[in-house]
Amino acid sequence: MGAASFRGILNFARGVVIPVAVLVLWQLLAMSGWVNPQILPSPVQVAAKWWEYLRPIASYSEGSYALWLVSGELPHDTIASLSRVVGGFLIGTLLALPLGLLMGASNRLYGLFNPLVQVLRPIPPIAYIPLAILWFGLGNPPAFFLISIGAFFPVLMNTIAGVRHVDGIYLRAARNLGAGQMTLFSRVIVPAAMPYILTGMRIGIGTAFIVVIVAEMIAVNSGLGYRITEAREYMWSDKIIAGMFTIGLLGLGIDYFMNSLNNWLLKWHRGIDQN
Amino acid sequence: MFIHIENVNKSFPVPGGEVIALKDINLDVGEGEFVCLLGPSGCGKSTLLYAIAGFSPPTSGSIAINGRTDIARFPGPDRGMVFQEYALFPWMTVEQNIRFGLEIKRLPKAEMNGKVDTLLRKLNLYEFRERFPKDLSGGMNQRVAIARVLALDSPIMLMDEPFGALDALTRRTLQDELLRIWDDYRKTIVFVTHSIEESVYLADRVAVMTYRPGTIKREVHIAMPRPRDSASAEFNALKKELSKLVMEEQMRYTQTEIQGYTAD
Repeated sequence: MGAASFRGILNFARGVVIPVAVLVLWQLLAMSGWVNPQILPSPVQVAAKWWEYLRPIASYSEGSYALWLVSGELPHDTIASLSRVVGGFLIGTLLALPLGLLMGASNRLYGLFNPLVQVLRPIPPIAYIPLAILWFGLGNPPAFFLISIGAFFPVLMNTIAGVRHVDGIYLRAARNLGAGQMTLFSRVIVPAAMPYILTGMRIGIGTAFIVVIVAEMIAVNSGLGYRITEAREYMWSDKIIAGMFTIGLLGLGIDYFMNSLNNWLLKWHRGIDQN
Repeated sequence: MFIHIENVNKSFPVPGGEVIALKDINLDVGEGEFVCLLGPSGCGKSTLLYAIAGFSPPTSGSIAINGRTDIARFPGPDRGMVFQEYALFPWMTVEQNIRFGLEIKRLPKAEMNGKVDTLLRKLNLYEFRERFPKDLSGGMNQRVAIARVLALDSPIMLMDEPFGALDALTRRTLQDELLRIWDDYRKTIVFVTHSIEESVYLADRVAVMTYRPGTIKREVHIAMPRPRDSASAEFNALKKELSKLVMEEQMRYTQTEIQGYTAD
């Protein structure tokens, strides 16, 4: 065995030692009888519940095997939450991007829109919930509204900043090479602002993910946020924790995806982090 | 006259007044000529180059390109510019950077491909055509910037201290390469530098500029045949002559700097 692979094993061991210790302590605490298992279920119990929550309810009979695999309650909730995040994020981003590009490029438009943006931006998206329910009732419409607001402002602010920070030397070089306004915009300003825009999108989808859970806890009857609120009403703490764990995994997955997208789109960029 | 600069003045507003960057500049550059603008920092040599490029037109006076005074009011591909900071688009590969100007010109695909290929080979960039600028050395990047300008077929090349950030050996290699290109393509070159040696090595004529306000202090013709031997007596005599002219301005620059610090 080489020194490198030994170091790899060592690093892996170092990474898992704390999580394993926490799980063992938690299990011991739950088994000790000091705490009510309804308040703090053991990790084994949570894992069992998670599996029950994950697996298909009926046994496989006919039709698509893949569909059957995700016919359980947890896959349904995950898909519901994820589609809301993606849908709301896309709405927010598609509105914020063109506005941000225009506000960044034109001082006149910036002066026109910026005051309103500055007034609305500090309002947490969650504060829109009462209005969202009043306007759109319950269900998907208020959820999409709230999530798109959560994504809108980070993307907008970063896009504006990105366009405004484009190095003048690129503009001069492009004009020297004969670029007109449209070429300058689409082939120089937008790509040069891309690192900022992508940072905005990462923050935006992070906010969208927070908002989807809150929206589901209040205004929707499906999804992971709804499920853990429902589980509280039945005092199913194991299901709450299983749901929280799933939310965490989903967030990690989204972040991983955004990071990969970032690295792929910015492979030309000098200072990208390799995490 | 190819580039005809007449009574050009340029001033910039600064807090509490204005700085006169260029004063009564008169300079002619003939077709196919290689002219160096030489002077210390702050003498306005880059300002003059930017005025020719059309980035920042003069406050008064005129710049005529091939007899037309309207051209230099705006930047354009007839006056290709090579910047000290390369100014390559980092999101484009080497090949895409060279292709960019041709795409703007809407050249037919086949002609475009042929042209890009020729330039990639001519400047020894073919192996690197898929790379991004961040993965190349400074010398390589400046080659790409030169190729990008050559692709435009512009009769005039404007170069703003293009080799200033390179090490001495790379610098000499690129100087030789530039002379070869100049010879092959018969370009008119205006080349800004603060290196006396570089100006003597490259130019047909060196215009020495004064420090603030920037004026043309003296024009020195360099008739030595190329390739020039930088160790020859003639070369060193010219260096000495230019050095005397430039160092007087450098002294004024240094004194102004010191006064600037001690005035506070």
